[in-house]
Amino acid sequence: MPINYYIFLAIALFCIGVAGVLTRRNAIIIFMCVELMLNAVNLLLIAFSKMHHAEVATDPNAGINGQIFVFFIMVVAAAEVSVGLAIIAMLYRNTHSVDVNFLNRLKH
Amino acid sequence: MNTLICLVSLLPLIGFLLNGLFRKSMPKALAGIIGSGTILVSFIITLVIFVQVKKEGFEPITVNLFPFITSDTLKIGFSFLIDPLSTLFMLIITGVGFLIHWYSTSYMHEESAPDYAKYFCYLNLFVFFMLLLVMGANYVILFIGWEGVGLCSYLLIGYWFKNLDYGTAAKKAFVMNRIGDLGFLIALFALISQFGSVNFDEVFSKAPTASTQFITCVTLLLFIGATGKSAQIPLYTWLPDAMAGPTPVSALIHAATMVTAGIYMVARSHVLYNLAPFSQTVVAVIGSATIILAATIAVKQNDIKKVLAYSTVSQLGYMFLGLGVGAYTEAVFHVMTHAFFKALLFLGAGSVIHAMSGEQDIRSMGGLKKYLPITHITFLLGCLAIAGIPPFSGFFSKDEILTAAYERNPVYYIVGVAGAMLTAFYMFRLYATTFLGGFRGTEKQQHHLHESPGAMTIPLIALAILATVGGFLGIPEVFAKNSNWLGHFLGPVLGEHAPEASISVSTEWMLMGVSTVLAASMVIYAWGRFSKKPELDTPRGIGKWMADKWYVDEIYQALIVRPLKAFSGFLDNVMEKGVIDGVVNGTGRLVQYSSRQLRYLQSGQVGGYVLLMVIGIIALFVVQLFLRK
Amino acid sequence: MVPVLLIGIPLLGGLIGFSLKDIAAKGWSLLISLLVLAVILFGISLPSESSSLLFNVPWMGSLNSHFAIGLDGTGKILCLLTAIAFPVIFISTWSETYARAKNFYSLMLLSLTGLLGVFLAADALLFYFFWELALIPVYFLASQWGGEKRIAATFKFFIYTFLGSLMMLVAIIYIYFHTRDHSFSRNSFYNAHLLIQGETQSWLFWLMFVAFAVKMPIFPFHTWQPDTYEQAPTAVTMVLSGVMVKMGVFGVLRWLAPVLPLGTYLWGDTVSTLCIIGMIYASLIAMRQNDLKRLVAYSSIAHMGLMCLAIFATTRAGLEGVNIQMFNHGINIIGLWIIVYLIEKQFGTRKISELGGLASTAPVLTMMMVVITLANVALPLTNAFIGEFLMFTGIFLSKATSYNVVFTVTAAITVILSAVYMLNMIQRVFYGETNALTARGIDARGYEKWILALLVVIILAVGVYPQPLIRLTEDSVNLLLSKMFTRPT
Repeated sequence: MPINYYIFLAIALFCIGVAGVLTRRNAIIIFMCVELMLNAVNLLLIAFSKMHHAEVATDPNAGINGQIFVFFIMVVAAAEVSVGLAIIAMLYRNTHSVDVNFLNRLKH
Repeated sequence: MNTLICLVSLLPLIGFLLNGLFRKSMPKALAGIIGSGTILVSFIITLVIFVQVKKEGFEPITVNLFPFITSDTLKIGFSFLIDPLSTLFMLIITGVGFLIHWYSTSYMHEESAPDYAKYFCYLNLFVFFMLLLVMGANYVILFIGWEGVGLCSYLLIGYWFKNLDYGTAAKKAFVMNRIGDLGFLIALFALISQFGSVNFDEVFSKAPTASTQFITCVTLLLFIGATGKSAQIPLYTWLPDAMAGPTPVSALIHAATMVTAGIYMVARSHVLYNLAPFSQTVVAVIGSATIILAATIAVKQNDIKKVLAYSTVSQLGYMFLGLGVGAYTEAVFHVMTHAFFKALLFLGAGSVIHAMSGEQDIRSMGGLKKYLPITHITFLLGCLAIAGIPPFSGFFSKDEILTAAYERNPVYYIVGVAGAMLTAFYMFRLYATTFLGGFRGTEKQQHHLHESPGAMTIPLIALAILATVGGFLGIPEVFAKNSNWLGHFLGPVLGEHAPEASISVSTEWMLMGVSTVLAASMVIYAWGRFSKKPELDTPRGIGKWMADKWYVDEIYQALIVRPLKAFSGFLDNVMEKGVIDGVVNGTGRLVQYSSRQLRYLQSGQVGGYVLLMVIGIIALFVVQLFLRK
Repeated sequence: MVPVLLIGIPLLGGLIGFSLKDIAAKGWSLLISLLVLAVILFGISLPSESSSLLFNVPWMGSLNSHFAIGLDGTGKILCLLTAIAFPVIFISTWSETYARAKNFYSLMLLSLTGLLGVFLAADALLFYFFWELALIPVYFLASQWGGEKRIAATFKFFIYTFLGSLMMLVAIIYIYFHTRDHSFSRNSFYNAHLLIQGETQSWLFWLMFVAFAVKMPIFPFHTWQPDTYEQAPTAVTMVLSGVMVKMGVFGVLRWLAPVLPLGTYLWGDTVSTLCIIGMIYASLIAMRQNDLKRLVAYSSIAHMGLMCLAIFATTRAGLEGVNIQMFNHGINIIGLWIIVYLIEKQFGTRKISELGGLASTAPVLTMMMVVITLANVALPLTNAFIGEFLMFTGIFLSKATSYNVVFTVTAAITVILSAVYMLNMIQRVFYGETNALTARGIDARGYEKWILALLVVIILAVGVYPQPLIRLTEDSVNLLLSKMFTRPT
């Protein structure tokens, strides 16, 4: 399949993720959107990895970098989710809601 | 000889220091003796110097005291120059000065002892600066004396400092002098830039190398200084106001010496003026205009000192007219005779004021001749001298100027004769109103009328003698060959003036005759009219304009003083507080305002922070990929 | 050795002073300042090539900056002024009792250190260091012991001056990067201009000049000055106007004109115009002032404008005039401040409209005031006449600008204006009748009289025989002339 399709899909997913992060109030939804963004990037990386592999006929290891990087991203995402959910749990314990707008104690 | 020269100027300085530092403990008699004695000794030493200078083949002496200002090639030394011109002025200053000091010991005796000492202290300082002025060997030392006498004039006009009006008059004198000094200073800098020196000998020897425009500019600027110091149009209005000072001060400073500083300076710079005919014309024209303007004002004044003040302004105009037509010796001659008769007139006026218990308005006087005989006779002699009646001194000096003026341009002569007629008229109006007729003052004043003590009358008599016979020092050639002693004396310095050159002897006799007859007729007319009917009503019409000084003071107030004050008020309130400080304080307020606005970014909203982060990342991308080439 | 003593004595004196008792602080500070005076007199008596007038040790090796201090012509005359000024200030304000006096006097000694350091520094970074060091104690002095509106006035003063100094620092660092041997020393800076282009010298000039323009102050950077002078305690005002403003002129003479000669030449006309506008502007505003302190403040702006104008004239006469006038102006203005202080102490007011007739009750004070006023309006035979004469001659002879005659004539108008406002002030304060307030006045007594007499003697002595002082600064003037840009004739 032409690479464009993958690019458009990844952009669409990424934008949906960004929009979600900026506009949603629920902390858990925000996390989901962050995951969305990360996965969009993953998709893009694999697509390009395959594209590079297809173009270079001689080298069996061409385009392998992209797929390795995906593993890094997945690990980071997992770590981030665990820490983030722990923070949300503490947030809920203190304010009894997961509404992000209540976190304005840093206001002057 | 050199020490004698230094001593002449040093003695008044010592008198100044003694009277000044020991003011509080100085008894009046001692203060008077120190004050007058130093001037007397200076006069005697000057006579000794004069005997030397008078000899044939005398070379001018320069005494270099110490280097004053040295800057690379510009070397200005504290030096004195003794030649016939400076010696003559020194004689006038110390001679007439001594008589006036002596007179003051009696005139000022009502002052308290410290104030009495202060008076003599200032007067001695004045003589010191005036001597510095005429003895200086370069323009800078002249300028030191120039400003110094301005300072002493300020101090002495405002001597009775409790009266704020006197203080204002003193301030006016100083500031107007300063305006003239601005011109002098610029001329000084121009001389330095062109000739690299301010010494008289170097400037005058190099003068022909400069262009005529340059010399014209310099001489005009110097003349501006002279108009300030010697009260010519347009800077003359301080002199009548200066009459606020004690009468001997008016006699010494504002008649005999300080106001003649301008004449001295122009005479000294005659080499420059001879190279700039345009400046000479300007000098002559302004001199002539001043003669008429001041004379017309004097005709209607009722304060005895104001009449004499305007008379001084007018006579100074004659001297400048003389300088402007190249008659330098004649102008200096008139300085000398004017010193004699004007000082005499002022001291006589002082005697009258003293006798009238401080009254200065002539409308309250009259018939004083029987109460003040000596004052009366001497005053009359002074009036005859100033009116130009032969054989008094004023006749010779004024006539020589008029003759020289006629040579240059008959119009000057006509103006001069008109001025002489006015002079005769107002002087004898003054004389007749004061001394003739019946007494018009109060009973109390009449009781107090008495002739002044010896210390006041003897100087009067001495000056009267000088005013009568002083003219014989400079009899014009037309009377007798080789009779112009003064012309010969000043010849080496100022150049011999040959009157036979352009006009014939008969023309000269006729000129003299015409002016004498006209003046004499005015004398008789004024004597007759005012002794019978003194002028007591307030003047109307043109007379009012003359009495109100042609509103020159008011014009200056409206054109210069008030706009200046308004402008400075504008600068203070609008520019300073509004614009400049506004910018500075505004910057501070702007910073505070923007910091308040920026504070809203710290909303504490996480969403907002993330938004900013995203915007920042996008901006970085755009810059990196699209804007960097 | 001599410069080290000059800086070390007041520094140690100041630091020790913080631990003294209040009563001892006054005498201690006077003693220290007299010691400094002795040292500088000794330093002046040494021949100029003497090695004990220099001191150079490495300081910040990585930046190649040395602790280099040296006493040369202009430095000598300014250090002499400072060394005379401080004892005079201490003696004349002896009767004043300050709260926390030991802090006050120690801070004064620290500012003395800073001032002397500025005049002695031969290394650019050291110069900057002392420049700021002089500023900080003065800020504290004015804000702690000043008048009612002191906080706002000193805050404005500090920020304004500091802003200027920061720009100067930027310029110094830029020039540092363009010196051949990458060092901050004065000689390297003097040779750096050969590596800097004309256009760069232009904006570098303004960066450095802003600092000096604020300090002097030059129109339109002057608005901090009247407020600060008014609010600061009079002793601090004496330091500010007597010595600190000379830092600005000195900076131009030592660190701006020889380092950036092309920039100086290119902007000469602009700066001269600003100076002249400032002179006339300040003189006109001085005529309107009712507060004695503000009147003297505006008068000071006019005088400093003339000095700045004379520097940009780039002639020997002008530069010699500036050097000697810095000394003269310091003496004269301190004399004026002393009299203002004495008047304020007696009557509690500085408003001219509330005073009057002081000549009847205080003749000695009046006489001193008249002499110092005459010095302020540059009457011949006073010191200021020598300085102004040389400066005006220098401006008139200037070949660096085609407007030299115009500049001279317009600048000389201030000669008339200064006479107007000073004589006006004298008449309204001293002459006339006494009013209810001033009728109880007393004359200057004892030490007040003698200190004023000392200043009068200096005024007249320098006015009559100025040659030694002119000779003192000859070497600096020669060096400066060789470095400054003269148009090829």
